[in-house]
Amino acid sequence: MSAEILSLSAAQAAAAVAAGELDRAELWGAYRERAATDTLNAFTWVADDAPAAVDGPLGGVPLAVKDLFCTEDVPSQSGSKILEGYRPPYTATVVAKLQAAGAPLLGKTNQDEFAMGSSNENSAFGPVNNPWDLTRVPGGSSGGSAAAVAAGLAPWALGTDTGGSIRQPAALCGIVGLKPTYGACSRYGMIAFASSLDQAGPLTRDVTDAALLFSEMVGTDSFDSTSLGMPSPVLLPTRRDLSGVRLGVPEELLEQEGGLEPGVRARFDEALALAKELGATVTPCRLPHAEHALSAYYLLAPAEASSNLARFDGVRYGLRVDGDHDLMTMYTHTRAAGFGPEVKRRIMLGTYALSSGYYDAYYGTAQRVRTKIAEDFAAGFSAVDFIVTPTSPGVAFELGAKSADPLAMYLNDFFTVPMSLAGIPAISIPAGLSEGLPVGLQLAGPAFSENALLDAAYALEQAIGFDGSPARTGEGR
Amino acid sequence: MTDYEPVIGLEIHVQLGTTTKLFCGCELSFGDTPNIHTCPTCLGLPGALPVINAQAVHYAIMIGLALECEIAPRSQFHRKNYFYPDSPKAYQISQYDVPICGAGRLGEVRIHRAHLEDDAAKLTHLGASGRIDDAQRSVVDFNRGGTPLVEIVTEPDIHSPQQAREFLTLLRTTLRALGVSDVDMSQGSLRADANVSVRPVGSDTLGTKTELKNMNSFAFLEKGVKAEIERQIALLESGGRVAQETLHYDPVSGRLTSLRSKEEAHDYRYFPEPDLPPLVVTDAMLEAAKAAMPELPAARAARFSSELGLPVERARELAFRAELGDYYEAAVTEGGDPVMTANWIQALIERIGTEIDPADSKVTPEALAAVVKLVGDKAISRDAGREVLSKLVDEGGDPAAIVERDGLGAISSADGGLAEVVAAALAGDPDAAEKVRAGNMKAVGPLVGYVMRETKGRADGGEINRLIREQLGI
Repeated sequence: MSAEILSLSAAQAAAAVAAGELDRAELWGAYRERAATDTLNAFTWVADDAPAAVDGPLGGVPLAVKDLFCTEDVPSQSGSKILEGYRPPYTATVVAKLQAAGAPLLGKTNQDEFAMGSSNENSAFGPVNNPWDLTRVPGGSSGGSAAAVAAGLAPWALGTDTGGSIRQPAALCGIVGLKPTYGACSRYGMIAFASSLDQAGPLTRDVTDAALLFSEMVGTDSFDSTSLGMPSPVLLPTRRDLSGVRLGVPEELLEQEGGLEPGVRARFDEALALAKELGATVTPCRLPHAEHALSAYYLLAPAEASSNLARFDGVRYGLRVDGDHDLMTMYTHTRAAGFGPEVKRRIMLGTYALSSGYYDAYYGTAQRVRTKIAEDFAAGFSAVDFIVTPTSPGVAFELGAKSADPLAMYLNDFFTVPMSLAGIPAISIPAGLSEGLPVGLQLAGPAFSENALLDAAYALEQAIGFDGSPARTGEGR
Repeated sequence: MTDYEPVIGLEIHVQLGTTTKLFCGCELSFGDTPNIHTCPTCLGLPGALPVINAQAVHYAIMIGLALECEIAPRSQFHRKNYFYPDSPKAYQISQYDVPICGAGRLGEVRIHRAHLEDDAAKLTHLGASGRIDDAQRSVVDFNRGGTPLVEIVTEPDIHSPQQAREFLTLLRTTLRALGVSDVDMSQGSLRADANVSVRPVGSDTLGTKTELKNMNSFAFLEKGVKAEIERQIALLESGGRVAQETLHYDPVSGRLTSLRSKEEAHDYRYFPEPDLPPLVVTDAMLEAAKAAMPELPAARAARFSSELGLPVERARELAFRAELGDYYEAAVTEGGDPVMTANWIQALIERIGTEIDPADSKVTPEALAAVVKLVGDKAISRDAGREVLSKLVDEGGDPAAIVERDGLGAISSADGGLAEVVAAALAGDPDAAEKVRAGNMKAVGPLVGYVMRETKGRADGGEINRLIREQLGI
C-alpha cells in the first residue's frame, strides 16, 4: 500500500483523500516513514507527529519546506552554522498559507548556506546527494527540496529562487520547478538572501502539482510591501497543444563560450521539435544584454546580501563566539566562525560594491544593466509568447567538481539569472536524459503570465512523457 | 583680534507621536517594561520585513507643509548600514537622495530637507563609566526601536546661539501645534545636533565645521553652541586650525569632548531599500494632510496682531507658546477685551512663572476675563484687580465673589463714600484746593494721593478727578 501511495502525484493524492479513497493519516505516515529514512541528507529536520488535520484543497498532502522559511518552533537555519538550532517565533506567510490550505509540514530541507550556491555543497549541514547518481550534486540552492521530491521522500516541496535556485536543482533532479513573478508570493518569513530577487516557488513531480501548490501560495500580504499577488486566480493546466503559441529562442545566448553540453543541446532541440509538432512556432529572439546578466547579478545579489546578513551578529539569536572583552571582536569572531567561505566571499563582494566611491561604478552600473535586461525581455515578448532555453548548461556534476572554482559554479546560473533580474516567471520541466541524467527545459513568460506558462509547460510535459520514476522508487540506481 | 561670524546649521530629530512604530504594528511607549512592545520586524529577526506606517507618512507630510517644503511625489527609502547592538537589522531605514520633504523655510531659516527614518533601540551600559568600552554588561530595550523619526536639516542660516535657541523654540511650537509629536527634549522626543563653524566677518567661504551631538535641552543647545564658537575662535586666534570632528557637550562641566574625527567616519554603504517600494504621495494624501493642518504659530501671531490689535512682540509671545495662545483666545471668547486681556495674561505669568501652563493654574480663562471686565467697567480699580488676580492664583474661585468678600469693590460717588473722602481731602489741604481752582492742575496730585490712601486704592482715579472738579465748581 505504501509504495502505491508514494507513487501518486500530490494532486492525485489530494484527489484520493477528497474522494475518501485515501486516509489522510495513512498518507502522512507513509511519507513520514519515508522521510525518516532519508540517506541523501535532503532533510535537516523531519516532523515527529502528524499535525492536526486541516481540511483544504491540498488534501493533507505533506510538504517539505526549504530550511530558510521560518517555521514557528521548528529549526530554520538557512543552511548556516550561524543559525544552527535557531527556532523562530513565527511562521513564514507562504508556509502558513499552505498549512491552512491542508498541506502539513513534513520536514525542512537542506540548502546552500543562505541560498548561495548551485550545488548544495555550501550547506553547513553537509552536501545532498542527487538521487539519480549519489556521486553527483542535486543542484542548488534548493538542493534538499529537489532531491527529496525526485527521490519520492516528499510529494512536493517549497523552494526559493534568487538566480535559479528552484529551476536549476529541479532540472538536475528531473522534476518541475517554478520561479514565479517577483511579488506573486509573500517573502515574509523567508530568511533573505537578495531581497529584490528572492521568490518562493514549488518543486514538484509534475506541472499540475506545481500549479496546485502555487495556487495556494500566491496573494498580497500586509506584512510584505513588495507582494502583489496575482491579477487572476491560478488555474490547473489543461492544454494539450501549442497551436498559435510563439516560442522565442535566444540563440546568441545559447552559443556563448563555454556553453552547452551536447546532450543538453540535443534534448533542447528535440523539445523544440516536439513543440512545433504541437503547433508552436519557434523563432530566434534577441536578448542583447542578457550575456551581462551574470556580472550584474553577482554585484546586485551580494550587495543586498551584505546588508541582509549583517544582522547575524551574535547579539540576539544564533551563534555567539565570545570576543576579547569587547564588542568588535565578538562580532568578528562570531561571523568568522558562523559563515562559510562562499557566504563570506559574497559579503566581501557586496560590501565592496556598495562602498563609497565604488557605488556608482559597481552597484549603479549593475542596476542599469538590470533595467536593460528587463527592457530586452519586454521587447522580446512583443514578438513571442515565451522564451525557451535549457535550464542549465549541463547535467548534474560530480560532488566537489566545481567547489574550487567559483566562476565555473556561477556559470550554472547563466540561463536562469536573466529572468530573475527581470522579475519574470520561469519554469523548468524535465526534457529527458543525457548520459542517464536529467536535462531541464526552461520556459519564461511576461510578468504574471503563470497561467499561460503552466499551460504551455503542461502541453510540452505530456508530449515529452518524461518518466522520472526510477529515481523515485530507489535512492539512486 | 578679528571679528568672527558664527555659522550654524541644525539637525533635529523628532519622534512622531503615532500609535504604532514606523515599520510594524507595535505600540509606541515610554518608560514601559523593557522589550514588551516588540515583534519579528522591530527585533530584526531573520525573514521579517518592514511595512510603512501611513500615519507616520501623514505626519511627515504635515511637517513638510508647515515648513513650506516641497513634498516629493515619489521618495525613496535607503538602508544606512552599520553594526551596533541598538540596531537589530544592522541598518537603519532612512531616506537618502530623495527625501519626502525637500527645500523649505521656517521664519528666517531655510530648511534643507526633512525625511523619515526609524529610531534605534535604547542601549544601557552597566558599569562605572556608562560607556560601552568598559561596561560590565550592556542591555538593550527594543521598545523604542522602530519609533518613527522625522529628521529636519536646516541650511546654515543661523548666526548666534540665541538665534539657534529661538529657531528651535519656534520649531517646537510649530510641531506641537501640528500635534505630531510630544516634542519633549528631556524624554528625547526632540533631539538637536548642531553644525558649527566660524569665519571672519565679511568672508563668504565657510569655515571647517564641527558637529555637536544630542543637546537635550534648549539651554544646553544655546550654551553648547556658545562654548563651541568660543573654542573655535580661541583656536583660530592662537594660530590653530579647527578639525572636522563630532563633539559631545557636557553641560555640567561645560567641556566639549571629541567622539570621532572625520577619518573615523563610517561608510554607511547606502543603497535603495529593496523591501520597500518608492513612497508615493498621492493627491489624496496631500489633501488629507492639508485638511489636518491647524493654524500655525506664525500665522496665529499675525492674526493676533492684525485682528485683535496686539503689538507684534506681544502677539508672538502668546502665539509661539501654543498653551498661552489657547488660554488667551479662551479668555477673549469669554468677553475679555483683547488688548487688556493680553496685558493681564502677562500679569498672570509673572505670578505663576513661565514654566507653567496657565490652563493648569487655578485661574480659569473665564475668571481672568471677569477680572479684565471688572477693571474695564471700573467696578474695581487696577490695583484691586492685581490683588484679585493674586488671590485667584492662590485659591482660585470667582473674581466677583472675592471682590465682594474682601471689600475690594471700587468706591464711587453712587454709594456716597467717595464724595465724602474727596471733601475731606479738599478741607485738609486748602492751599492745593485753591491752586487747582485757579487752574493749576498739577496741584491735584496730593489730593488724589490722599483719597487713594484713605480708600486703600479702591477708588478710580478718573472718578476722583471728576469729584474734585465738581466740588470745587470748575
